[in-house]
Amino acid sequence: MTTTPSVTREAAQDSVVLALGGTWTVASGRDLEAAGASLIAPDNDAKRVILDLSALQRMDTAGAWFIDRARVELTAAGATATYRGARSEYATLLQDAGYHRPEAPTRVPPPHGIALLSAVGETVHDSGVDFIDIVDYLGEIVVMFLRLAPKPWRWRWTSMVHHLEMFGLRSVPIIMLINFLVGAIVTQQGIFQLARFGASTYAVDLVGVLGLRELGVLMTSIMIAGRTGSAITAEIGSMKMREEIDALKVMALDPLEVLIIPRLVALVIALPILTFLADMAQVGGGLIVSWLYAGVTPQSFLLRLQNAIGINTFMVGLIKAPFMAVVIGLIASTEGMEVRGSAESLGRCVTSSVVKSIFMVIVMDGLFAMFFAAVSY
Amino acid sequence: MSDGAPIASPRPGEVIISVRGLKVGFGDHLVMDGLDLDLYRGEVLGFVGASGAGKSVLTRTILGLIHKQAGTIEVFGHNIDKLTPREHLEVGERWGVLFQEGALFSSLTVRQNIQAPMREHLHLSQSTLDGLAAQKLALVGLPPDTADKLPSELSGGMTKRVSLARALALDPEIVFLDEPTSGLDPISAGDFDDLIGTLQKTLGLTVFMVTHDLDSLFAICDRVAVLGHKKVIAAGPITELLVSDDPWLKSYFHGKRGVIRLSAGASGPP
Repeated sequence: MTTTPSVTREAAQDSVVLALGGTWTVASGRDLEAAGASLIAPDNDAKRVILDLSALQRMDTAGAWFIDRARVELTAAGATATYRGARSEYATLLQDAGYHRPEAPTRVPPPHGIALLSAVGETVHDSGVDFIDIVDYLGEIVVMFLRLAPKPWRWRWTSMVHHLEMFGLRSVPIIMLINFLVGAIVTQQGIFQLARFGASTYAVDLVGVLGLRELGVLMTSIMIAGRTGSAITAEIGSMKMREEIDALKVMALDPLEVLIIPRLVALVIALPILTFLADMAQVGGGLIVSWLYAGVTPQSFLLRLQNAIGINTFMVGLIKAPFMAVVIGLIASTEGMEVRGSAESLGRCVTSSVVKSIFMVIVMDGLFAMFFAAVSY
Repeated sequence: MSDGAPIASPRPGEVIISVRGLKVGFGDHLVMDGLDLDLYRGEVLGFVGASGAGKSVLTRTILGLIHKQAGTIEVFGHNIDKLTPREHLEVGERWGVLFQEGALFSSLTVRQNIQAPMREHLHLSQSTLDGLAAQKLALVGLPPDTADKLPSELSGGMTKRVSLARALALDPEIVFLDEPTSGLDPISAGDFDDLIGTLQKTLGLTVFMVTHDLDSLFAICDRVAVLGHKKVIAAGPITELLVSDDPWLKSYFHGKRGVIRLSAGASGPP
């Protein structure tokens, strides 16, 4: 049966006998802690302290730590502390699982303000390093691409087709659904808002221009950054974690050629195709909503659309797609290579891959908008 | 600990884990069929078998991590299929496990890893937790500055030691060790064996050890059980197994690597 740990104090002229009883095991929790503390209470200031273990019922390593702590601390306070009546196995345990006085921490943490400043500085420095890394990486990929271009037999066709299926074909349903809904929502709001000027049929122009120029490619890129970018980071990251990347390197294979180029090429092919499908879905959403809300028949919708947009409207959206693909693929694979040994760092890199690529996709879209406005295309 | 089992006076010969008619399989493939095994209180049981024979599967089945198709497993006299949540918690406090790959929580430091079971099951102050973690670390032979490292910064041998320290955190009655000395240098492996031996003698610890290390088998195992043909084909003191006629046992103990140990063991102290 488990009994609580106890200490009985018997004082003689110049010595104190502390008789320990009960079970000194970690399962006693708080009781053990209290009993351990009472051993080193300040009233045990005698010159000689005897720790009597003969009535001890049971002791484990935690109990041994508390008892030995009393001996070490009392000795340090100038008394002589000894054991009495310890069973041989407990004597071994007290020695092997004994108490070591903690050393004073060697490093003192810096004051709060300095720590904050240093954290800010570190973040700024890291962003700079990140940017250089990505540019560096882009250079490496371009060089690798140029080296591989004249040697089609070294391309990983199987891997490329596999990733094309994963990134392209399997994304079709979700991409089309999302863009259909976006097209429908934009048209519906267009109809309502433009009705105030008596121009609700211009909602067709709105969905045509906005959808094809901006929203189709933007929504698709954001979805792909979340869906495919995270997958690339997680795949490469877990390969990095289990030293698979190192295994490739020692086989004299370049991870860039084997892992990253096929994914990047697949992404560059998949994203324009998906953008085209997204454009169609947006127009489809617009068509149905105009029919339902404004009574525009499909025939007149298409006629209006033909007048509203030109081939350049469609091309502006499509030209952006491969650039978005490169940005997403580049960020996703750099982040994957950043993963270190732990599962936590994998999670952190996947998150940062998605956040960074969505951010960069939107920044790129803005830059393109300025560019196309400047060249009036 | 629990009020049910008399911990204060360990009775030798008491069965602490009993496995009867165990049947485990994945799909159509049976790994274990009608396996029986007893683990007695206070013993060190070495568990051997060919690679892929299912040693780890048996360990994981006893721990309740793999679903079994038939058979009963009793731990501390409780059938593990019929544990109440309270009993389940209690059993969790009474056994410790050293997984093959360490299974340390990667987001916690070594100190926090060792404290995790104590923190969850007991109400101790932070200073006590820190002290006990430092003690466990010293016990498994690691320097104090290891405490603030993350598992990803540890070498294979250090990971094993930290994992053992975590398994011992609650001073359990049984420890399961899955290949504790694999990947350790012979000196560390010897220290590991000594530590297990000391804990077994002083605490009355029961040890279930899956191992291929012949030195460990000779040095600290009271009994050795052999897994083969989906059953335990032999169990007993190693001296009994050495004279067995089973062809697999013969090649295991009397193969090139076994003979050296045997001749060394015969001339040296038992």
